[in-house]
This record gives sequence, C-alpha cells and structure tokens, in this order.
Amino acid sequence: MAYKFEVEQVDAWFGAKQALKQISMKIKENSITAIIGPSGCGKTTLLRCFNRMHELVPDARVSGRLLFDGQNIYDDDVDPVKIRRRMGMVFQRANPFPMMSIFDNVAVGLKMNGVRNKAKLREAVERSLKRAYLWDEVNDALDKSGVSLSGGQQQRLCIARALAVEPEVILMDEPCSALDPTATAKIEQLIMGLKEQYTVVIVTHNMQQAARVSDYTAFLYLGELVEYAETVPLFENPRMELTEQYITGKFG
Amino acid sequence: MDNYAVRKLKEKIFLSFAWLALLLTAIILVVILGQVVYNGASAINIGFFFERPAPPGEPGGGIGPGIQGTVVLMALASLMGIPLGIIAGIYMAEFSESKLASAIRYFNDVLTEFPSIVIGVFAYTSIVIFMRTFSAIAGAFALAIIMIPIVARTTEESVKLVPASIREAALALGIPRWKTTLRIVLSTARQGTITGIMLSLGRIAGETAPLIVTVGFSFFYFGGFDKPVAALPLYIYTFAISPFESWRSLAWGSALVLVIMVLVVNIVVRTITRQKYR
Amino acid sequence: MKRPSEWRLSTASLSYGKELAPSFFYPTTPEYGGRRIMPKEITGDRVFTWLAAGIGSSVIIIIFLMAYELIKESRLAIDKYGLGFVWGTTWDPVFFEFGALPLIWGTLVTSAIALLLAVPVSIGVALVLSHFSPVRFRFAISFLVELLAAIPSVVYGLWGLFTLAPILRDYIYPPISSTLGSVVPILAPPVIAYSVMTGGVILAIMIIPTISAITRDAFAAVPLAQREAVISLGATRWETARLVMSYARSGIIGATILGLGRAVGETMAVTMVIGNRFEIPSTLFQPGYTMAAIIANEFTEATEDIYLSALIEVGLVLFAVALVINMFAQIIVRRSLKMFRGAVRE
Repeated sequence: MAYKFEVEQVDAWFGAKQALKQISMKIKENSITAIIGPSGCGKTTLLRCFNRMHELVPDARVSGRLLFDGQNIYDDDVDPVKIRRRMGMVFQRANPFPMMSIFDNVAVGLKMNGVRNKAKLREAVERSLKRAYLWDEVNDALDKSGVSLSGGQQQRLCIARALAVEPEVILMDEPCSALDPTATAKIEQLIMGLKEQYTVVIVTHNMQQAARVSDYTAFLYLGELVEYAETVPLFENPRMELTEQYITGKFG
Repeated sequence: MDNYAVRKLKEKIFLSFAWLALLLTAIILVVILGQVVYNGASAINIGFFFERPAPPGEPGGGIGPGIQGTVVLMALASLMGIPLGIIAGIYMAEFSESKLASAIRYFNDVLTEFPSIVIGVFAYTSIVIFMRTFSAIAGAFALAIIMIPIVARTTEESVKLVPASIREAALALGIPRWKTTLRIVLSTARQGTITGIMLSLGRIAGETAPLIVTVGFSFFYFGGFDKPVAALPLYIYTFAISPFESWRSLAWGSALVLVIMVLVVNIVVRTITRQKYR
Repeated sequence: MKRPSEWRLSTASLSYGKELAPSFFYPTTPEYGGRRIMPKEITGDRVFTWLAAGIGSSVIIIIFLMAYELIKESRLAIDKYGLGFVWGTTWDPVFFEFGALPLIWGTLVTSAIALLLAVPVSIGVALVLSHFSPVRFRFAISFLVELLAAIPSVVYGLWGLFTLAPILRDYIYPPISSTLGSVVPILAPPVIAYSVMTGGVILAIMIIPTISAITRDAFAAVPLAQREAVISLGATRWETARLVMSYARSGIIGATILGLGRAVGETMAVTMVIGNRFEIPSTLFQPGYTMAAIIANEFTEATEDIYLSALIEVGLVLFAVALVINMFAQIIVRRSLKMFRGAVRE
C-alpha cells in the first residue's frame, strides 16, 4: 500500500522552544490517522507541518524531511501554495468568511483557482455540501451569510469548503472541540465517510473520538512520538507504559 | 498549470506594488528631511538664532524673534489648553458610560480633525475683532483649541489604564474621590498624559494657518500679549514666498529648526510608548 | 509624529473598558454608597463632577460657538449675496463682487486627486505593515511612515514650492500630458508647476500617513483564523490580501473619509503650490485656488467689512463641509473598530 506522507526526523521550533523532536512516521493513503496527546504536546504543530502552515507563525522553523507522494515539501523549490492546494484543512473553531454567502464560502477555493463557469461552480458547491452532509439543511439558503448557521453547521460548511477544491488529504485540527455531542456525532460520521476518497489526519484531545473514527493512532508527548500503531491494538494493548497511562486517564 | 502561473504573476505584481508604495513613502520622507537639512544647515550660524531678520534683499539676519514668539505662543497655549484638555480627558475616562461623555468623546474626535484655518478664523472673530488688533493671545487661543482634543484623548486613554486597585487603596485611606482622581490617579497616569502634551506641542509648533489670521506678522521681539508677535512657521511661509534669496535661505533655516523640534518630540514619545506598551 | 487620529486609533486597543475605569463619582454606586453620609466629601465630589462635566463639554461648546461666530461675522456677505455666493464665479475686492464656486471646485478637485493617489499607495503600505513584512521590521517602518505625518504643513509647502513642483513640471507632467492629454482633455498641455495637480500631489503625500495608519490597524484586526482559512485553501499572498481587504472594507472607507477631511482643510502646503489664481481652470495643470488657501492668502489684506465678511463666509462653507465629513468619518471608523473588536473576541 502506498504511503501518502513519510515524515522523516522532523523537528519544529517556535523561536527557541522546540515543539517537535525527531518525529518519524508514515501515513497510508485512504486511511484515517488520529494524533492524540495532552495539550501542548505538539500535535497541532505536527498537523500544521503537513501543509506548511507552521511557518506562518513568526520565528517558527522546521527541519527534517516530510515527503508528500514521495516529494519533500520542505525542499527549497517547493511552493507552499501548491502544496496547500492539494490538502484541505479544518480548524478547531469554525471560521467561515463572514462577508461571503454560503455558496461563496464553498466556491472561494475554486474561484481562486480560476474556475469561472457558473454551472461548474454550482455543481461543485452542491457536491461538496452533500459530501459534508449539509446540503439538505442549506440548499434553499445558499445566499445567506455563512455565519448565520449554527456552530456545527458552520464547521461542516468549513469542511465543504475544504472538499470543494478536490484535495487529496484532509487535515483536521480538533474539529469537534467547540461542538455539542449531536453535532460531533454528525461530523464523526462524515469523517469516516471521507476515507474512501481522501487521506485524513485528525488531531484530537478526545480519545474516544480517536478510537471511534481512526485506523491508526499516533500518541505524542512533549513533542516526541511515543507510540504509533493501528488504533485498535494501541488502545487495547499499548506497548509503551506512557501510552497506557495516558489512555487510562492517569494524566492528560 | 496555466492558472497557477497567472496567480503567481498577480502575487508578484501585488508584492512589488505594495513594497514600491512603501519605498516611495520612505523616499519622500528622506528627500524632504534631506533637503531641509541641506538647505537649512547653510543658513544657520550663531547669529541666526538671535538676530532679527535682515531687511528684504540684504544678506544675513536671523530668526530670533520667530523662535521666541513660537515659544511664547506655545507656552500661552499650553496654559489654556493643557488644564482644559486634562480635565476633559478625566471626565471622559471616569464617566465613560455617561451619555455626555460619549458625546464629548465624539465631538472631541471631530475637533481633532478640524481644519486649523477655520479654528483660526474663529479666534479672529471672537478675539481679534473684540481686541481690535492681532495679538499673541488670539494666536494662543487658536492653538489651545487645537491642543485640547489631543491632550484630552491621550489623558483619557492613560487614566483608563490606571488599575481600580490604586483608586480603591486611596479611597480606603479616606481621601475624597476628587482628590484621589486629581492626585493619585492622574499621577499614576502621568506618563501617558505627558506623552499627549508632547504630541500636542509637536503639532502646534508647526501650525501656520491659524496664526496667519490671528497674530499678524512681526520682525520684532515679543512686546506684549496684546501685540502682534513673530512665529517660526509664519517666517517660513512669508520668507519662502518672497522673491529674495536671503529670505528664502532664512525660510530653510527656520524649517530645519522647526523640523528638529518636531522630530525630537516624536522620537522621544515613540521611545516612551514603545517601552511601555511592548 | 502620529497625528492625533492615528494616535487614538492605535492605542484604542489599550483601553480596557469599564471594569478598570469604574465610574466611582456616581453617588449611587453601591460600593461607595456609604460615603453619602459624609456631606463634606460629597460636596467636593459634586463640585468636581460638575466642573469636569462643564470643562469637558467645552469641546462641544467650541464647535457650536464656532458655527455661531462664523454665521454672525459673515452675515453681511450672506445678506448681500445670498445663495448666489456658492455658485458665483467672480471675486472682485474692488467692486465687492464675491462668489466662491472656483474655490469650492479647487478644494474638491485637489482633494479628489489626493485621494486617488493616496488611497492605493496607503493600502499598499498598510498591507506591507500589517501582514506582508517581517515582524521585526514593522515597528521601525511604521515609525518612518508616521514621521511623515509629523512634518508641519508649512514645511511641505516649502519643499513643494522649491523642489517638488519644478520636478513634477520638468519630468513627470510632460509625458503624462502629451500622451493622455489628447484623450483626457483635463490633462492637456501646457503644464505649469504651480497648479491644481501639484496641490493634489502634495495633499496626497500629506494624507498617506493618516490613511495608511488607520487601514493598517483595520488590517491587523482581521482575525488570524480568517487568514489561515484562506491560506490553507492554497491562497497566494495576493489572494490573502484580497480577503484581508474585503474583511476590513469599512476600515478602508473610514480611513479614506478621514483623509478627505484632512485634505479639504489643509491650508499651507496647498496655498504655496497651487498658484492661487481665482478661476476654474480648463486643465488640472493650470493654477487654481482653494477655500483654505484664499483665507490664508487674503485675510490680512481684507480691510473692507464686506470683503472680510465674504472671506469669513468662505470659512463658514469650509466649516460646514469639514464638519459633515468628519462627523461621518468618525461614525464609520467607530463602527468598523467596534466590529473588529467583536470579531476578535469571538
């Protein structure tokens, strides 16, 4: 089976503070990988290294190699804009664009890429909203502002926005942390449906969620990758003592 | 990917335009300052600061009365403008929720942006017409009106930053509230208030338009508050538009003195606020 | 120097709201309610409260007093020329025939030129300063731009008179005029150094710091989450900038109107470079006059009452224009800043 990502000895810093230490891991295509760990362990930083969002923070640095389809995205001649186009990202808090309608929120990525054809845009918006299980709720209100939706709907709108540009990978940064259980259940269901077409990496502080949705789980602690394995064995039979302590709730 | 190339091109055009805009702005600043220094320095010697301007067409002379007049005008304006500005600022901060305070705040901002020439005409109609002569008082009155909103706004900002615990400590000692505000709160907010005063002085030092219609013009040293008075910015204007080479040189020299004053004020203010808010 | 408006806007984030500024003068405030039984202190406080309110109100009173005085002193001209003053095109201090249309035209056109030139440049500067430059340089660069606002108007005038105007006439105007002049009649040759266009250019330079400082604050207030959202979709920096601009649209509009207010009232620099000729010129490269300029230029020469009264009426028109623009600008700037704060808190 092909690997979508091969992370090789990646270090990351914020100024003088090292956030990631020698991370190496491989992520399979069409799988869901969860990254878990206590807050401040570097899981979000790792996720943001995948699409070169980490470097947007002033004074942030990365070293090591991160292969995406065999190409090191940290090579000098790689344009992060091109890399990010092939990955969709969903953030902790829903962040639809308030000055755009629901339709434009989904279409914005395509428009940026030069798609002007109205019919094409419509079709893509509908397809993405359907895939994000939002179509039935908003199809009669596409002109309304994106921020008029509920929190859970907004987050699904953001997922639809990420899906619209036909990415290969979906990166999710605690997508449910600001949502109620019902909305969370919807989004989890959505995530599990995504892996047929996409490779999904999800950061979560919720171990049950990781266990429910993911195929593989990586446990990070203080910037180091403690354990990385298939989800079921990792939760049922962790090899490292630290992992066991974390998943049994001894710390975190 | 064709579209990618187009997008990258747009990005390049945007970045070059934006940096060019910044570069242009910086170049203008450097050129203005450079010219003022270059042309002004050659006009300056010891006598320049003390002598009176030479008669038209004759070389030499200085801008002594202008410097003195500007200092007098600034001092007189401060006497009127600073206390009023500080108290207006205290009112806005302490009663920030009241309707009057928000009305004051609003008109204060409107007044800050008001054309200074109109303020000058107002000083003319209310003081010059009444006194029947151009005078230092009329000029200072106009400058004070320009100072008030600046001082008020900075005082308000800094009084608002004084922690509630300091007021409460003073009140707990049995100090009346008005004394607490005037003594303790204001002295805690001292730095911000001084910053505002300096900013307002920097602004009025160079104000020319309101002086044209209020202080008249004088080649002589200060002779009384009810008499026309010389002023540095008026010297710059009058000498600049004159046909005499020697006077134009005096104009550049005056501009250098004025610019140095204003820049020093701003650099000091900037350094203070940077240390504080960093 | 930061002019007052920038000063206020950039420190606006430092005011902490009411919890740090308890309105403890109110006699009814519960925490201090016990003090009401000490009449001596109450008297002091009450006097101080009324005094502060009275002095604070002076900024409002000044504006009303200004309107009153200007109307009173221009009565003579108002009665004689009526509304015709606003569209009259003669200015004759010998036979006392006064009309202000060329002045109003000059003020509006120089301001329009200034905005046309300054707004794009200021937005460019503001974008660089808010998001598209290394963080460690930003403090220094903003300071440089703000110094531009500190230079007195009369120094701009001096520089414009001896340096800028000749340069524009010799190197910039001729190519523009000879190429565009045949298409756009108001740009036709011949070109004169001291002209409406030069007035507009010097105004543009003077309002760049105002507009760029306020738009920079508006851009900086665009939430990180918004920028990250568009960047993660693979936006280039230009596309990110477009998002930032559309998010901060009301800030740009407010800043532009404030810049307009400043341009309309600016006196010295314009007086020194516009040529001060009382007419509506056929091209922008010809001399003109503005309301502020004629006051500065002729006020001390006006010895007859009616002449003086006409000049004061020009001041009244300028007062009205400036008041409307500034009141409008303050409302918009306030609203946009409030919106940003709301969005940031969210």
